[in-house]
Amino acid sequence: MDLYTEGDPIADTKAPDGPIETRWERRRFEAKLVNPANRRKLTVIVVGTGLAGGSAAATLAEQGYHVKSYCYQDSPRRAHSIAAQGGINAAKNYRNDGDSVHRLFYDTVKGGDFRSRESNVHRLAEVSVNIIDQCVAQGVPFAREYGGLLDTRSFGGAQVQRTFYARGQTGQQLLLGAYQALERQIGLGNVEMNARHEMLELVVVDGRARGIVVRDLVTGEITTELADAVVLASGGYGNVFYLSTNAKGCNVTASWRAHRKGAHFANPCYTQIHPTCIPVSGDHQSKLTLMSESLRNDGRVWVPKAKGDNRAPKDIPEDERDYYLERIYPSFGNLVPRDIASRAAKNVCDEGRGVGPGGLGVYLDFADAIQRLGRKAIEAKYGNLFEMYERITGDDPYEVPMRIYPAVHYTMGGLWVDYDLQSSIPGLFVIGEANFSDHGANRLGASALMQGLADGYFVLPNTLPNYLANAGSFEKVDASHPDVVAARAAVEERIQKLLSINGDRTVDSFHRELGQIMWEHCGMERTEAGLRKAIDEIRALREQFWQRVRVPGDGEGLNQSLEKAGRVADFFELAELMCIDALHREESCGGHFRAEHQTPDGEAQRDDDRFAYVAAWEYTGDQPVLHKEDLQFEYVHPTQRSYK
Amino acid sequence: MNLTLRIWRQRGPEDKGRMVTYQVDDVSPDMSFLEMLDVLNERLILQGEEPVAFDHDCREGICGMCSLMINGEAHGPQRGTTACQLHMRQFSDGDTIDIEPWRARAFPVVKDLVVNRNAFDKIIAAGGYITAPTGSAPEAHSVPVAKNNADAAFESAACIGCGACVAACPNGSGMLFTAAKVTQLSLLPQGQPERYTRVIGMVDAHDEAGFGGCTNIGECAAACPKGIPLNTIGRLNRDYLKATSKRAGTPGS
Repeated sequence: MDLYTEGDPIADTKAPDGPIETRWERRRFEAKLVNPANRRKLTVIVVGTGLAGGSAAATLAEQGYHVKSYCYQDSPRRAHSIAAQGGINAAKNYRNDGDSVHRLFYDTVKGGDFRSRESNVHRLAEVSVNIIDQCVAQGVPFAREYGGLLDTRSFGGAQVQRTFYARGQTGQQLLLGAYQALERQIGLGNVEMNARHEMLELVVVDGRARGIVVRDLVTGEITTELADAVVLASGGYGNVFYLSTNAKGCNVTASWRAHRKGAHFANPCYTQIHPTCIPVSGDHQSKLTLMSESLRNDGRVWVPKAKGDNRAPKDIPEDERDYYLERIYPSFGNLVPRDIASRAAKNVCDEGRGVGPGGLGVYLDFADAIQRLGRKAIEAKYGNLFEMYERITGDDPYEVPMRIYPAVHYTMGGLWVDYDLQSSIPGLFVIGEANFSDHGANRLGASALMQGLADGYFVLPNTLPNYLANAGSFEKVDASHPDVVAARAAVEERIQKLLSINGDRTVDSFHRELGQIMWEHCGMERTEAGLRKAIDEIRALREQFWQRVRVPGDGEGLNQSLEKAGRVADFFELAELMCIDALHREESCGGHFRAEHQTPDGEAQRDDDRFAYVAAWEYTGDQPVLHKEDLQFEYVHPTQRSYK
Repeated sequence: MNLTLRIWRQRGPEDKGRMVTYQVDDVSPDMSFLEMLDVLNERLILQGEEPVAFDHDCREGICGMCSLMINGEAHGPQRGTTACQLHMRQFSDGDTIDIEPWRARAFPVVKDLVVNRNAFDKIIAAGGYITAPTGSAPEAHSVPVAKNNADAAFESAACIGCGACVAACPNGSGMLFTAAKVTQLSLLPQGQPERYTRVIGMVDAHDEAGFGGCTNIGECAAACPKGIPLNTIGRLNRDYLKATSKRAGTPGS
């Protein structure tokens, strides 16, 4: 293919060998340590204050390092982890239902469609149990049974009940736990908190990450912040699609700036589309809202059998409805995994049988459940979700079926990291959704919170010291170092450029159009022709952006249009790489569905002989270079997933 | 529908600020309130004017970033609803809507509708936590928590830190915010060792940050989009009284 070149494979991921149960323990023992007296002389920058960044900053400060923390929001408590609803998985086996570290490991590797690393996933399952202990000690109010012990529920198709939860606000409660630990360290003077600051460049000196260039979003001041190591915990890039369940400010800029400075970007095409979101209501739509996956336990998904049937749902008789999930997947029915449910909804809408404005929606109908269990029972289970739905749509789901449609929710891809969570730039570590490491091609429900906190509380604080132990030998760097000056100058120049174009289109209009291209061609279903078309369209639109965008105001002070413009400019570059990655991966796996590669009955067809690898992309400014990291499966043997 | 908006414009902390009138036409009832402001801003940018600055992020009512005084009510007319979840079907064609920032001494205006709520973080840093360094936690089931206490703790923990309580309070008090955290942590066995030092630290930080005193008016709980109950303030007062009378923190007290 003409769009990229292939470089050397990645030979070493630094994962120890030997029995998988012993690897993490061995790595911790072999890691070098930093004497407590020396820790306070070492500075670590942490970008982002979500579950991963907040927990990492607090924990590193507790260990004695000097931490500088940054977030674009007005407070570290607002990172988008806060919006996670369902729960957090942990292999506690409190239910005595056959769960174990090995089973959580197995389910996660399989759920990721055999595109993740066994060593990393096993470690994740091991530390999952410590996370629950930690959060309970912090005062996280998890749901409890009458006996005072923790309650769990089943989730994401798992056959055991290993999901801990705090009503529908688990992410909020876990994040506030980490935030409070962080605030404690801020109060003690161990963390220097910089809210309303955005990282705009990575400083690399002598091949090592040594700092960042940030903009104070309130004063507009650009400063250079130096450190002994940099940790990115800046989240995922779902907003490249414009419409997603992400918060409006979520962006790829920190990751993308690091990528341009030499950090490889892994599996960018792996995106998770969540099947149950409230559909788009018009051109004004600014974001999409998730309706918890748990609704599929009692709701039945259907569309009319006939194309273009515009009757109200109550006027469509039973025999003219198509409960298509129950029809196609009789054994799993409405509870098939996220990727399968999303694609099936797309297919019926593409056939012209979708419901609601624009035909982009399917019904999620609770009439049967209400009749069977009574309205009260449904209210107790889902009352808050039904209220949220009514607030947004104006429809009462007790009377009229909900309308839902899939939406971009999570990105499994991210910056490439080794077993220590270090990127391909020494001294740059990446944690949480921003890295690619644990979910393969599809993330299971309730595993994002687990991974963010595993990385921040338990993994990074054990691997980062191994790097910092050698910090004494690093080159001395101050703000006058030519590489530091150059990084800062590049940021200032880019801001001036964005402000000076003064064209005739707004940033949002470009972002919306980019999102449409990505959703159309790099969304739920991808084809070679579509992806090639998308790459051409992205390039053309990007050129237009740099000629026609209008960013009002100046760089001195709060300028939300300028913030958005910088983020969208980076999304344009990422979008092209996502399409190249999707084009080169000539197989279907997890959230990546290539129409050319499906089984005779329309399911994803992996090609393990050719594609059982991580695609790590190196930035060159021209054609990206592909580095392959082969995936070995010693414990969980790849099989074809089937839900019929 | 067609609307007239009167919006507070203020270039920066030093600027005096003023209400400016804008006309917005063809508003769909399905739009959220913030999407309606997006439409206005898109138009202002193309007209060469500066868009209205306002805080927002998750747009699903949980991050606590949005903070608009709408017709004099924090987060607008719908109960239990943040501004980002408020939809235009709550308004009628031809309405005039006033939009202002939170107004409180402890929340200075940054620009237009954006305020600085850093004072809330300072209250948390002064004791709104349980000291449990990572790695030191005992097994989660070693301490059972009665379900009614766990549920009540959750109810208080649902606070999103938006500041509507402060904006609604005639005294500009942050007592509901402070009390929500005090209540959550004092209902849990894990929160007992620091119970009385916590309440003193947090209340002191609250007062130092420039929040007004609480005189039990109750506007805060009425404006709270998450339904934090007013009785949390009673719990805070009880703990505070006990803490100050017993000189908590002194060993053996």
